[in-house]
Amino acid sequence: MLEIKNISKTFNAGTINEKRALDNLSLKLDEGDFVTVIGGNGAGKSTMLNAVAGVWKPDLGQVFIGGVDVTKMPEHKRAKFLGRVFQDPMIGTAANMQIEENLAIAMRRGNRRTLKWFITKKERESYREKLAELGLGLEDRLKSKVGLLSGGQRQALTLLMASLKTPKLLLLDEHTAALDPKTAAKVLELTDKIVNENKLTTLMITHNMNDAIAYGNRLIMLSDGKLILDIKGEEKKHLTVESVLAKFYEVSGDSFADDSTLLG
Amino acid sequence: MNIDALINGLPGAAAQGLIWGIVAIGIYITYKILDIADLTVDGSLGTGGAVCVMMMLAGYSNGMSLAAAFVIGMVTGLVTGLLNTVMGIPAILAGILTQLGLYSVNLKIMGSRANTPINPNNYDLLVSLRNVKNVPFYENAIFITAVITLVIVAILYLFFGTEFGCTLRATGGSEAMCRAQGVNVEFNKVVGLTISNGLVAFAGGLLAQYQGFADVNMGRGAIVIGLAAVVIGEAIFGRIFSNFALNLIAMSLGSIIYYLVLQVVIWRGLDPQLLKLLSAIIVAIFLAIPYFKGKYFNGVILARHSGSEKGDAENAGN
Ligand SMILES: Nc1ncnc2c1ncn2[C@@H]1O[C@H](COP(=O)(O)OP(=O)(O)OP(=O)(O)O)[C@@H](O)[C@H]1O
Ligand SMILES: [Mg+2]
Repeated sequence: MLEIKNISKTFNAGTINEKRALDNLSLKLDEGDFVTVIGGNGAGKSTMLNAVAGVWKPDLGQVFIGGVDVTKMPEHKRAKFLGRVFQDPMIGTAANMQIEENLAIAMRRGNRRTLKWFITKKERESYREKLAELGLGLEDRLKSKVGLLSGGQRQALTLLMASLKTPKLLLLDEHTAALDPKTAAKVLELTDKIVNENKLTTLMITHNMNDAIAYGNRLIMLSDGKLILDIKGEEKKHLTVESVLAKFYEVSGDSFADDSTLLG
Repeated sequence: MNIDALINGLPGAAAQGLIWGIVAIGIYITYKILDIADLTVDGSLGTGGAVCVMMMLAGYSNGMSLAAAFVIGMVTGLVTGLLNTVMGIPAILAGILTQLGLYSVNLKIMGSRANTPINPNNYDLLVSLRNVKNVPFYENAIFITAVITLVIVAILYLFFGTEFGCTLRATGGSEAMCRAQGVNVEFNKVVGLTISNGLVAFAGGLLAQYQGFADVNMGRGAIVIGLAAVVIGEAIFGRIFSNFALNLIAMSLGSIIYYLVLQVVIWRGLDPQLLKLLSAIIVAIFLAIPYFKGKYFNGVILARHSGSEKGDAENAGN
């Protein structure tokens, strides 16, 4: 479903701030894979997701989504394949607009935006149903401005928007990190539900090792822009925090400066 | 300081306020909807005035001349939009560059004259400061501009309610959201700037007719006057009006109030030379209010978060 082929990305090349964020990274996701991504600060996790989303073009390498080479496709065109949720709950939705308007924009992801006057009655009904499934009481607030919602509600809404039009790939970049623990847990539950119900192929970055282990069918770890761990199948099911750390030491032979962040 | 002098001046102030209300609606599109401070308007207002007057002097009809002002105004917005999106120049600077260039363009449009009069006796003007009182209502500049404003509001309301128009409104709300939902943010900005400056130039055409001349300096400070109308309109009507069309009308009302207040201030004996300073101060104060409010509210949010999970603040920027 997703294939990243030998991509490299260097920021600020040729300056004193030169930073090789991705180093000849390759990764292949099968349809329905739910991959959790861990790694220390600056490991290149966000950069990898941004490469897939098309925020900028990689220096080297290619990205395929569903067999299509999207390496040169601009971000807004690539969006038709992708659902995205960001770390900042404030930017995944437009605060100045109503809940239903946000959903209607998401519903048309990948379509041409016409001059049709919008939101049909039928559409509104379907939004109401989907919102009810979130269990946050938003189904009665279709006309409320999104800016009035809490961070958790906005993140849940963003999640719904990301999956409203079934994407080929769902990209989640620490989408619960800015929420309080209780809300974070709830949004994560919701994520799992949406991913499973729609059988979405998913990349989820998290700083919480327990979540990374508990969710998904595959876990990868990045370090210095390289893929250093890739655990799937039966092995993934029986992971513990200790076994992941042990594996990390095994492959890197390094003491892990950042395990406090990894342990969440 | 007799009250008659004030009352006599009010209809004119209302008419001017209505015309500037169209400018304010244009500025609302860039400043509020797209979240861009577009300084092109200081130039495009004059462009509209120059184009309209020159076309009328050349014998074109009123409607044609105003339409031309609108279209040429759109081109000025297009230039700023392309400077911003294709050439990567920050929006503020892009607007300043276009505005500066337009000074020369406006002079050339008027045949190298800084001021071009148009005599209401010889031309069939749509609006004129002679027609603000003691004329049949359908010739009254206030009535005519009010009708034009309502038509513009209706069209914009319909447009911003379409699939495409809705993404324009979202662009200023969150670019990240738009990109994630497949919206071409750059294209939208160009479209917004184009429409906005079309409206401003159209208003420039009306203003030139109203005052009976086009002047190369007529747009100086337009952004500030327009913003004054926007902030006044929002401050007074923002809470009562939630509908988009009403928000646009609030801009027009804000502009009328602004001009009425100016009229009163002048009547009270303020030196007219100080008007621009006064406008700048009013706008500065109003623009500062949301900032201070925002500071206060952000403080609350941060306090809530730091109680739950440390490090959020540092990570939030990634
Ligand atoms: N736009 C950019 N310009 C310059 N440097 C960047 C940019 N984006 C990322 N980097 C650098 O690339 C490296 C990888 O960053 P990235 O954001 O991918 O890390 P991450 O694994 O997501 O870390 P975190 O857990 O802190 O979010 C970092 O050193 C970062 O400073
Ligand atoms: Mg990151």
